[in-house]
Amino acid sequence: MTTSDANPPAWVKSARQLERERQRRRTGRRSASVAAVSTVVFLALVIGLLVSSPGWPRVRQTFFSVGQLGDAFPDVLRGFWLNVEIFLIAEPLILGLGLLVALARSLTGPVFFPIRALAVGYTDVFRGVPTILLVYLIGFGVPALNLRGVPSDPAVLGGAALVLSYGAYVAEVFRAGIDSIHPSQRAAARSLGLSHVQSLRFVVLPQAVRRVVPPLLNDFSSLQKDTALVAVLGPLEALRQAQIHSADTFNYTPFLAAALLFIALTVPLARFTDHLAARAERRRAPGGGT
Amino acid sequence: MTARSDGIDGATPRSPDAALLRIENVWKTYHSQPVLRGVDLDVAAHEVVCLIGASGSGKSTLLRCVNLLETVDDGAIYLDGTEITDVRADADRARKRIGMVFQSYNLFPHMSVLDNITLAPVRVHKTPRAAAVAQARELLERFGLADKAKEYPDRLSGGQQQRVAIVRALATRPSLMLLDEVTSALDPELVTEVLGIIRELKESGMTMVLATHEMGFARDIADTVCFLDNGVLLETGPAEQIFTEPREPRTREFLQRVLESGRI
Repeated sequence: MTTSDANPPAWVKSARQLERERQRRRTGRRSASVAAVSTVVFLALVIGLLVSSPGWPRVRQTFFSVGQLGDAFPDVLRGFWLNVEIFLIAEPLILGLGLLVALARSLTGPVFFPIRALAVGYTDVFRGVPTILLVYLIGFGVPALNLRGVPSDPAVLGGAALVLSYGAYVAEVFRAGIDSIHPSQRAAARSLGLSHVQSLRFVVLPQAVRRVVPPLLNDFSSLQKDTALVAVLGPLEALRQAQIHSADTFNYTPFLAAALLFIALTVPLARFTDHLAARAERRRAPGGGT
Repeated sequence: MTARSDGIDGATPRSPDAALLRIENVWKTYHSQPVLRGVDLDVAAHEVVCLIGASGSGKSTLLRCVNLLETVDDGAIYLDGTEITDVRADADRARKRIGMVFQSYNLFPHMSVLDNITLAPVRVHKTPRAAAVAQARELLERFGLADKAKEYPDRLSGGQQQRVAIVRALATRPSLMLLDEVTSALDPELVTEVLGIIRELKESGMTMVLATHEMGFARDIADTVCFLDNGVLLETGPAEQIFTEPREPRTREFLQRVLESGRI
């Protein structure tokens, strides 16, 4: 923040520093070659082990058939759009639900006891039940009730099950974020005359939400693959399409097609999460600005 | 300013006299450890009171009790004749009239300097945004921070942050300012700029209660100095008297220790 003097000495790298940098470059080159060689050796070992196994010709035929991959891919891709759709609709709903539940748990005062208890019960139950069980229960149980106005589309019901399950996890992430804001921030807000709700809204929540973005993204890459759980209810999404194809031909390569599509979606999100986490880390580091 | 030892339990007078702030027999206990033991203190309008005493003597706790960030375990606190520790009273309403500045600044890191300052005027006092911004800019100008309005707190030095925190508290036009060791976290060369502001506040007639370790400053600025020892307000008097001829041996001992550490 301070401005420097009018004539600071100019920096000419000394011979010692130049030698130091040469040495660093040499060491860096050596580490890079060691890493490359060890990677190649490792891959060669793994592939060698696979290929030399007695069942390999059979496995190659049933899992890695190029012809089958080409045949199944268009259908699996079409199904995959349904996964993407479920994901895109479920994600904002999960965020809203999670935030509401987290806020409900932070309410103080005896009046709010029922709401607090409901929020605690919800997170306990829905984090405890395996997601696939929840998909079955809601996918088959809700239509059986014969209620009017309740959708019976399995993709919608499956999506609802995902929202309920992930909402519980996301609520806990939000709550951890809210708890992580130092009490002095709340004290400062209250000392200015802000009410409990105003302090939450203007001071605590904006900081908490920023802090939990990386763990939230982590939950979302997990949600992307869990959209495949909806397959058990029968809608034609990627996994279901792959199942249909493999049932036709007794070949498992269509599943490989589905797996590749899921990877293509989750890997960029994972890298983006890493990037955000690294940026947050840099900001916390001494001297990190903005 | 009168130091009173006749803390009245139970039957409190409806409207105490001219004191802007009256603290009456306040007790506070943390985990069965008493931190304040029946403190009585009156602060008149435009008076500057400095609380001195060792760490853990209860200075900060007393200030937090006045701002209702802590609930008192016994006793009462009056602001302008109204009891603010009344359990039926609206704490937010009382806090609107009290400004507080903390040792660790506690600026909101996700807001610019300007937003930090206008938050309470706009949201609590319902000042139109334009008016709040104009007032904030005027205050920043007055305290030499005009060029920092758009900066974020972590881009400022500690001294600048603390000055912003003082401006933020002033922006709600409080009738009483509480300053809790506002220079303790600052590098020595930054202390002066913050003390300068406080001096200016005194000249403008602001009523202030400060907890401080800066004895030289306390002697210079305080109308009244209170020595807190282990939760008891042991000695109260004009600054000159406390520093030159303290009555209590404990006060003398404390000042002696401070003198030896070279902080006077």
